[in-house]
Amino acid sequence: MQVIEREELDRLIGLLAGDGYEVIGPTLRDDAIQYGPVRGIEDLPAGWTDEQDGGHYRLRRRDDRALFGYVVGPQSWKQYLFPPSQTIFRARRDADGLHMEPAPVQAPKRAFLGMRACELHALAIQDQVFTEGPYVDEPYERRRGSIFRVAVNCGQAGGTCFCVSMETGPRADRGFDLALTEILEGGRHYFTLEVGSDAGQAVADRLSASQAGEDEHRASMAATEAAAAQMGRQLDTQDLPALLMGNLEHPRWDEVADRCLSCANCTMVCPTCFCSSVHDSADLAGSEAVRERVWDSCFNQAFSYIAGGSIRSTPVSRYRQWMTHKLATWHEQFGTSGCVGCGRCITWCPVGIDITEEAAAIRATDQRRKRRDG
Amino acid sequence: MSARPRDPMLPRSYRIESVESELPGGEVFSWTLRPRGGELEVGQPGQFNMLYQLGIGEVPISISALGEDGTLIHTIRDVGGVTRNMAALSAGEEIGVRGPFGTAWPVAAAEGHDVLLVAGGIGLAPLRPVIHHVLANRERYRRIFLLYGTRQPADILFRKELERWRGRFDIDVAVTVDRADASWRGDVGVVTRLIERGGFDPRNSIAMVCGPEVMMRFAVMSLERRGVPARQIYLSMERNMQCAVGYCGHCQYGGHFICKDGPVFPYDRLEPLFDVREL
Ligand SMILES: Cc1cc2nc3c(=O)[nH]c(=O)nc-3n(C[C@H](O)[C@H](O)[C@H](O)COP(=O)(O)OP(=O)(O)OC[C@H]3O[C@@H](n4cnc5c(N)ncnc54)[C@H](O)[C@@H]3O)c2cc1C
Ligand code: SF4
Ligand code: SF4
Ligand code: FES
Repeated sequence: MQVIEREELDRLIGLLAGDGYEVIGPTLRDDAIQYGPVRGIEDLPAGWTDEQDGGHYRLRRRDDRALFGYVVGPQSWKQYLFPPSQTIFRARRDADGLHMEPAPVQAPKRAFLGMRACELHALAIQDQVFTEGPYVDEPYERRRGSIFRVAVNCGQAGGTCFCVSMETGPRADRGFDLALTEILEGGRHYFTLEVGSDAGQAVADRLSASQAGEDEHRASMAATEAAAAQMGRQLDTQDLPALLMGNLEHPRWDEVADRCLSCANCTMVCPTCFCSSVHDSADLAGSEAVRERVWDSCFNQAFSYIAGGSIRSTPVSRYRQWMTHKLATWHEQFGTSGCVGCGRCITWCPVGIDITEEAAAIRATDQRRKRRDG
Repeated sequence: MSARPRDPMLPRSYRIESVESELPGGEVFSWTLRPRGGELEVGQPGQFNMLYQLGIGEVPISISALGEDGTLIHTIRDVGGVTRNMAALSAGEEIGVRGPFGTAWPVAAAEGHDVLLVAGGIGLAPLRPVIHHVLANRERYRRIFLLYGTRQPADILFRKELERWRGRFDIDVAVTVDRADASWRGDVGVVTRLIERGGFDPRNSIAMVCGPEVMMRFAVMSLERRGVPARQIYLSMERNMQCAVGYCGHCQYGGHFICKDGPVFPYDRLEPLFDVREL
C-alpha cells in the first residue's frame, strides 16, 4: 500500500489523459452524482454527499471537502461498455441482392475514475454475460479491452446499500488497475493507493507516492470498516435461490405487483441487467435499413411477446421474473448472484419497492415450510 | 478454445430458390434457401436459424429439412408482422440468415429405441428433419410413430410426404384433427388420444414433442402416464428471441436460455417450471 496526497490525484488524472484516456468520473449534474468527463479534481463533487432511501435521493453539503464522500448515483458504468443504443449493421438491397455491413465499433480508451467495489463486481458479471458464453459480443469486448479502472473504496455507505450482504464490498478486492481510499484526518487529505494490475503499476510508478506507514494503513482499513458497519440495507442470502424458486406462487408476488408500476426504472439503473431488443428502421423506399440494439427490460409487456400474446402479461409475473432472475436463476446461469447490492433499484423506484424487503417477506412466510408442515 | 465463430449477430445473404405453399392460401409456406457465396452452414434437426427481412425484422425458424445439394428448407406460418411480410416474398429475392443455433433433437440417443414423434400444428416442421433422418437410417431404430394433431383437415401440412410415410410399413403414422369435415375419415380429437393407444415400449422409447405449449403439456402427461420416463421425453420450447446467442435475455425460462440451452430440452430439466404459469 502506498500513499498519495490530494493534489497527486490531479496529476493521476492528467497522466491518464496524457496516456490517451478520456477520464470519466463522478460529477455534479441535475442534482445528482453522474458520470462524465473529468479534467481535474476541480470537476469532482467536493464537499457533497447523498442521502438515499426507498424512492428517495437528495444531495447534501458535507462539513468537509471530501472528493468521494457519496455512494453511487443513478447511472452505472455499463452505459459506456453496453451502450443504451448501438447499431449492429446496415442493410441494403440492390440489383445484386441483399448486403449487410457490420457497423464500425467505437472503442475509445477510457479511464473510469471512482468505480466502487460493487461496480467492479457488476463489471465482472457483465463480462460473463457478454464474453464468457459460447458466443462473444465483440463490440462489448473491444470497448471493455480499452478501459483503465481506478477504484475508490467507500468510506461511508448509502441508505440503500447492502454490498456486505452480497460480499461485493465495500472494499475493492480485485478487478481494478488502481484502488484509492480517501482519508481526511487532522487537517490532512490524502489517499492510500493499491495496485491491481500491470497497467496499474505502470501508472503508479509515475506518481509521486510514498510507502504507507502503519497509521495510514490502519486509517485506510478503518475507512472501509466504517462503511461496512453502516449498510442501509441487508439481505439474508442463505439458500436464497431455492427459497425463491420454491415460492413461485407465493401471495407476496401479488402484493408487491399491486405497488409496482412496471416502469422498468430498476432494470435501467441496475449495473448488471443486460437485456436488449433489436429494432429495424428502413428508409422510405425500403431498400436500406439500420438494425439497432437497445436496452430493454423484463418489466415491459412486449418483452415476452410471442405470436398470440405475451407470456408474462401480468405485472406479477414480470416482477417475479426480475427478482428471481437477480437473486435465484442468475446463479444457475452464471454461478453468481445477479445482484451486487448497490441499492440503485431501491433508491430509483418511484414507489420505493425494496428488493431486500421483498426477499425478507418471502423468507418470513416461506410456503415450502407450510407445505411440508401442513 | 476453438476458433471463434463469426459475428453471430450479422446475417449472411441467402437466396430464396423456391417458395412452396404448404396450405391453401399460403398461410404456411416453405422456402428453399441457398447461401450467396460460401457454403451452407449445415444444421441439425431441432436447431433453428434467425431469418431476417430487410427493414421488417427477424424471426427464429426451425430447420424443416436439409435440401439437396447445399440448400436449406424452412417452413413458416404467417402469424404476424414479420412472417406476413415474408409470405409476400418470391423466389429470387434474398433474405438474411444467421445460425444454426440451439440444441438438436436426440437422434443419436434414440438409436435402438422406439421413437415417438408427437407434433401439433406447425410443430410438425421442426420434427420433419427427424423423420427424414430416422427413415434414412431405419435399421438403427425400433418402432417409429408419428402422431400428428392439427385443427382441421385443411390444415394438414406436408400432405404428399405424409401419404408417402403412411404407405411404408416401417413407420406408424396417425393424424388426428380437432374438428372434422364431411370428407374426413380419420381420427378426431386431441393428439394425446393417439399416445394413449400405446403400441410402444414406454421404458425403451424416446419421445420428441413439438407444438403449442398447452398441447405439449397434455402430451407429456399422457406419455408419463404410459410410463415414458421424463428424461426420455424431449420438447422444443418457444419464447421471444432477439439474439439467439444468449445475451438479449428475452428467451429466459427460469434459469434456462431457450436459445442456447434449448430449444430442445429433456423434460426432466423443465419439470420444476412447467406447471408455473407466466414464467
Ligand atoms: C426456436 C423456435 C423455432 C421456431 N420455429 C418455427 C418454425 O419452424 N415455423 C414457424 O412458422 N414458426 C416458428 N417459430 C415461431 C416464430 O418464430 C414466430 O411465429 C414468429 O417470430 C412470429 O413473428 P411475427 O412477426 O410474424 O409475429 P408477430 O406476432 O407480429 O410478432 C411480432 C414480433 O414479436 C416477436 N416475436 C413473436 N413471436 C416470437 C417468437 N416466438 N420468437 C421471437 N420473437 C417473436 C418478433 O420480434 C416479431 O417480429 C419458432 C420459434 C422459436 C422460438
Ligand atoms: S432482471 Fe429482467 S431486465 Fe434484468 S437481466 Fe434479468 S431479465 Fe433482463
Ligand atoms: S438488483 Fe438492485 S441492488 Fe442489486 S445490483 Fe441491481 S440495482 Fe443494485
Ligand atoms: S434469444 Fe437472446 S438470450 Fe436467448
